[in-house]
Parts: sequence; structure tokens; C-alpha cells
Amino acid sequence: MRRILVGIKRVVDYSVRVRVKPDGTGVALDGVKMSINPFDEIALEEALRMKERGEADEVVAMSIGPEEAQQQLRTALAMGADRAILVKSDTAVEPLTAAQVFTAIARAEDARLVLVGKQAIDDDANQTGQMLAALWGRPQATFASKVEVLGEVLRVTREVDAGLETLEIDLPAVVTVDLRLNEPRYVKLPDIMKAKKKPLDVKSFADYGVEPTERLKVTLYVAPATRSKGIMVKSVAELVDVLKKKGLA
Amino acid sequence: MYEYRAPRRDMQFVLHEVLQAEQALAALGRDDLNRELIDGVLEEGAKFSESVLSPLHWQGDQEGARWERGAVRTPAGYKAAFDAFAAAGWMGTHCDEAFGGQGLPYMASIAAGETFVAGAMAWRMASGLTEGAVAALQHGAAPLQQTQFIPKMVAGEWTGTMCLTEPQCGTDLGLMRTRAVPSADGTYRLSGTKIFITYGEHDLTDNIVHLVLAKLPDAPGGTRGISLFVVPKRRLLADGSPGAANGVDCERIEHKMGIHGSPTCVMRFENAEGWLVGKPHGGLAVMFIMMNHARLGVALQGLALAERAWQAAALYATDRLQGRSLRGPVAVAQPADPLHVHPDVRRMLLTMRAFVEGGRVLLYQAYQWQDTLDRHPEAAVRQQAESLVGFVVPVAKAFLTDMAMEVTGMAVQVHGGHGFIRDTGVEQLMRDAKITCLYEGTNGIQALDLMGRKVIGSGGATVQTLLAEVQRVMATAPGAANVPAAWTAAVHRLAQELGELTTVVAGRVTHDTAEVGAAAHDYLNHAAYTLLAWCWWRTVAALEQDPGIATNESLVWTAGKRATARFFFERLLPRAAAHAAAVRAGAAGLMEVPAEALLA
Repeated sequence: MRRILVGIKRVVDYSVRVRVKPDGTGVALDGVKMSINPFDEIALEEALRMKERGEADEVVAMSIGPEEAQQQLRTALAMGADRAILVKSDTAVEPLTAAQVFTAIARAEDARLVLVGKQAIDDDANQTGQMLAALWGRPQATFASKVEVLGEVLRVTREVDAGLETLEIDLPAVVTVDLRLNEPRYVKLPDIMKAKKKPLDVKSFADYGVEPTERLKVTLYVAPATRSKGIMVKSVAELVDVLKKKGLA
Repeated sequence: MYEYRAPRRDMQFVLHEVLQAEQALAALGRDDLNRELIDGVLEEGAKFSESVLSPLHWQGDQEGARWERGAVRTPAGYKAAFDAFAAAGWMGTHCDEAFGGQGLPYMASIAAGETFVAGAMAWRMASGLTEGAVAALQHGAAPLQQTQFIPKMVAGEWTGTMCLTEPQCGTDLGLMRTRAVPSADGTYRLSGTKIFITYGEHDLTDNIVHLVLAKLPDAPGGTRGISLFVVPKRRLLADGSPGAANGVDCERIEHKMGIHGSPTCVMRFENAEGWLVGKPHGGLAVMFIMMNHARLGVALQGLALAERAWQAAALYATDRLQGRSLRGPVAVAQPADPLHVHPDVRRMLLTMRAFVEGGRVLLYQAYQWQDTLDRHPEAAVRQQAESLVGFVVPVAKAFLTDMAMEVTGMAVQVHGGHGFIRDTGVEQLMRDAKITCLYEGTNGIQALDLMGRKVIGSGGATVQTLLAEVQRVMATAPGAANVPAAWTAAVHRLAQELGELTTVVAGRVTHDTAEVGAAAHDYLNHAAYTLLAWCWWRTVAALEQDPGIATNESLVWTAGKRATARFFFERLLPRAAAHAAAVRAGAAGLMEVPAEALLA
């Protein structure tokens, strides 16, 4: 069985204007629209395309989060994933914990490929995929903008600062995907109906032998300072002057 | 130019908190359609509407549909969106699973349906009419025609139309001239001219399935002599694919005030081959079954355009800085305050919101009754729903489309002179809205249907059923105790007054039948304000049930709801009294003046 695992994180929808709670303990989430992390949606789309091209046999969506994350997994099932696994967690999950859980699932499921978004748009950590590859002891290719399956090898084009880099890595492997890899499909109404009947297993950390530990402690959330009013300068010389005074030039 | 954002939160609030969609669906034996699924359908529909359809709304208006030598070209992007819509399975939302549909009741899909109309109303009519045609074929066509046509239409390979109107035959279908002559092989040959045929010709699909009303040679006079036929644009080959032309031609398309993207066609049928749908001379019976759905569909257009107008006005009133608040500057760092500080702008914004959100409760409730009528297992329950649907359909159609004119007009007003300029996009909403007051029976016809056929025709039974339902819901709503007593009293008072007005008109009709027509418009509006008051009462009652109530985000949202409810009861509901007075005034003031004096 050529199985692809896809990491799915439940995050505040990209279109929501995020607000910090008045007491600074976090971001206000009540009544806020939640969605699949957009990078993870791209990862899932890529997995589905591979399966449709006959390069994989099964696509499994996995998530770590609250009970409500089932909604995002149902969406993943409606997009076309064959089944889903939710590892329940009622607190925020740190990248290392996520990587430990995904490693355990990758081993238990004998995954050939694990696809995840390069980062989640809530904490922007950009760590889970890399840690997962290290813990699992398999090759990784990050920030993928093109993925080709060449038998037991993946050819991955990466978006790096200098431009594009192409790597070939042995399977099984971990790939984290970037924005330009593909454009996720619209969910079909019949598939929403079918998704209800697809298996969605709810598991615990203990099921995968992981004990989540809190390594980070957030002390305060503050909204970025609003931009103050600028001043108009009359000439370049004056601009340079101002910059110098501010210690910026 | 504003892009549309589906009002997910309000839609979910109306479906789940006010109307208890899960329970309503469970009563139809569909407990598989839970909240998660309903919200999933809404979310995917909303995504499609916002990203694919919303841009077509403006583009389609600018470009318009074009006619050239009998062919019709739809605006750029229409076909791609149509194909994507069909591929996503939305065409089969309500159709039976046996024909490839999903068989969903309205309560599971109406919110997504609203987003499609709001996204691009002129575009949506092609698929909407196809769904209507499918329902008519499912109801009345022979099995062979059902298998030939329905799956192709559900798959979006072909579209459907409704061909009723002729040049001399509008509201009065008895004047119809299109003929259908039986052939020896059991088919019919149709000849005649039909006008105002929405998507009668287009480039979205390679065949078009026309449902055509026509008269058989032995037809009795008047509307009792009308039969319904299915007539494809191209004849079907043995394998079911489209073959030669079938004598169906588009002579031209109309130049219209609005919905420019939707081609409105003059269709000529010349010996076109067709099949009977339903019984000979029984065409109207099939049409009447379709009528409720079609009229609710037009009410939905009114609601959707009003929602879009409200969104545009709310954004503009936030962004546009003009003048200072009468109570002193609010945005001190800015050269002026935003428009929404001004009492008169607030009056308009709250009017728009009260009509849109109250109208949503009313219309979704109407759809829920329609579901009950279509699908409930018990005959007695269906019968009650038939009364409720019969009453609410003309009310929703006429009131929500007149409301759309008021609300889209207000969106222009909030924009000031810029609203009159095309670039802001709000004048299009006003132009598009007007047709909803006219087609599927003008709003005058709706009022006559309500007053004459539904109320007087039933001896007042429909209105009694409705008022009993109003009382029952208010007596059992969990949050009832928390609604201000004045508002509860207002709904009861209006309900009682509606009953009294019914008695007044029924009494007068016995000596002058013109009393029906004279009272109709104002009776319908009184009923509409009564129902809207009921809907706002239910909204306030449901706010008390909202589990998210204690949190900051929810507090802002519910505060807006409460303020809108207050505005409705204080400033909009008094309009009902004017309508009551007009009903009581009777026919004399309309009918006694001689025509020459009236028109002098």
C-alpha cells in the first residue's frame, strides 16, 4: 500500500481580522471562522493529485487538536482523503509534539510520504515538517513548489531565497509545501455527502506513546502597534537628514 | 466595487438558533443531515460564490449577453463558472438520487443557495431554471423522457427553460396561441412564438431543454386548455446525444434595465418535436407545483440582492469620511467622521439590516414549510404545511422583492452622488432588483393570489392556520420570557389585527368583488410586517439561547442584533398601521372615480 499522510491543522481563517483578547492571554477565538491551514490544504491537494495519477493508493488526513477539528478533517474527507485520524488535544500543540505524534503515525501507518504545509498561518513556526523528518529518520524537502514521483525517488523543486532549487530524495520522505505548488479544488456537493460515511478515528496522545510537554510559556499577547502618522519631507536631503536623526541611515 | 462575503454567521444563526434546522430535518426522517453537514454545505457553497461567482456579477453587467445571427454569447467567464458549478454537483442539490442528484431538502442547502444568487444573480438563473425544469420533468414526464433528459440536466450538460409568455399573453395565460399537433408516433409538433425566455439560447451547453406551454387542437378555451411539453433545441440521436436542429430558434434578445448577463430571448418554435408532460390540458397543474418553488426562488433573489446592497452600504459608511457627528467629533485624528455617525445614515443602515436579517428568517422559514409540504411522512402535517406555504409564498415573493428595491435604493442613497456612478456598483443592484418585482407573477398578482385565492378562497382558513402557528411558536420558544413585553404585545396585536382585516374584507366581498383587488396590496403588506415582527421576536428570543453569548465577539454581534430588533419594532413596524388603514378604507376610493376623471 502506497500511503500518503497529510497533516491538517485547524487555524483561524485567513480572512479573519485577528484580535487579541483584552487580558492578553491569547487571540479571541469565539465565533471566529476556523479553517484548514491554507498550506495544509495545498499539501492535501497534492496528495489527491498523486493518487488520481496512480502514484498512491491511499490518502490519510491527520490532525492534532480539539474535538471541533473534526470539521476540518471532514472537509479534508470531502476533498477526497480516504480516511482521517484526529489526535485529541485541548491545549495548543507545539511543533515538537506535533512532530512526535506524526512520526508515530507515519510508523504505525507505514507511510510512503508525509505531506504538510511549510508552516501554519497561526503561529508561523515552520518547524513540524523538519522535526518530523529528523525523528522519523527520513529525507526531507521543504518549501516545495513542484513535486514529481520518479519510482522510489521524489524530485522536488523548492522555493529558496536564491530562486528555485531541485532535489531528489528517496522515499519514504517528508515534503513541506509552499503556496505555488497547486490551487486546491472546490469541494463537490456529492463528496460532502460521502464524507459523512468515511472513517474518522479519534485517538489520544497515549495511543501513539507521546507525552505532550509544555516547553514554551507564553506570557503576553499584544497587538502590533498601529502605524503612526508620517511626515512629508520636501527633498531627498531632508529625508536623509530625518533618517540620520532617527539613526536609520 | 465590493466583492460579496457570505454572511455565514447570520445564516447559521437563523438556521440553527432560530429555526432549529436539525430538528426540522429529523422530522422529515433526515437525521443524517446534522449541523456539521449543513454548515459544510454552506461553507463550500460560500467559497465557490465568493471566489468564482462574485466577480462575474459586475463583469456580466458590463459586458452583457450578445445575440448574433441566432446565436447567443454569454459574458466572459460564464461558461467556465457554469462548468465548475456543474462539476461540483450543485445542479443536483434537490434532484432525486435516482437521477444523479443529492435529494437534499431546502433546509440543508438554502444558505448555499442564497450565496449563489448573491454571488451572480444573472448567471445563476441558467442553473436555477434548470433545477426547476428538472423538478417539472420529475413530476410529470414519461419515464423515457425522464431518463433522456434529467441526468444530462443534473450533470450540467444541458440546461432547461420555462416557456410561458407570448407577445399577447402575459399574466393572462388564457390568451395563449402556441399550438401542439399530435403526430402518429406519439410525439407532438409545436409552433408559436414565446417571449421573455430566460436563457432560451446560450453558449453554455450543447443542448437546451425547453418546457413549453401550448394548446392541443381540441383544447377547451381559457387556462383549462393548456398543456405542457418538453421540447429540446436539438433532437436526440439514438444514443441520446444531440443531433439535428429541432425548429427552435432565437430571434433576438431583449435590451433590459438589469440582469444584463442573462439573455432574455424571443423564441420561435416551428414544427418543433416535443413530448407531453403531465396530462393533456393539464399543463397548469404541473406549473402550479413548480410555482411555489419558482416564487420562493424570486424572493431569494430579492433577499440576496438586498444582502449585497447592505454589505456595500455598511462598508461605505465605515470608509467614507464626511462631516462631523452632531454630538462632537468621533474620529478626532481624521479630517472628518465616518458616515455612520450621522443619524439619517444610521436610519438607512438599520432599515436595510432589519429587512435583510428579518427577511432571511421569514424566507428560510417559508422554505422549511415547503420542505414539510414536500417531504413530511404524515398527511395531516403536510396539509397544514400546504396552508402555511400557500399563505407565505405570495407574501415572501412580493414583500421581499419590494423590500429589495427599497434596500438597494438605500444603498445608492448612502453612497450619495457616488452611488449614481457605475463604478461603485450599487446602482447595478437597484437595476437588477426591479425585475424581481415583475416576473413569476408581478407583485400585484401576488397580492391578488394571497387575498383572493389563498385567504378569501379558503374562507380564511389559511390565515387562521398561520396565526395559530405564530401563537404556537411564541408560546413554546425557550427564550420567550426574555423578549421585551412591548414587543411580544406588538406581535399579538398585529396578529389579531390581521384576523380582523380578513373579516372586514371577507364581509365586503359579498357585495363587491372589487374589494379583493382593492385590499390586496395593503393586506399583503400588513401580513408581511406581522410576519416580520414575528421573525424579529423569534430572533430576540433565540439570542438568549446563543451559547457564545458571554464572550466579547458575541457581545458585539448580539448587540447589533438587539439594536436592529429595537429599530424594527420602534421605527419600521408602525408602517403596518398605515397598511391596515388602507385596507379598511375599502374599494370606493379607488373605483368610484370614472376613468376619464382618473386619467384627466
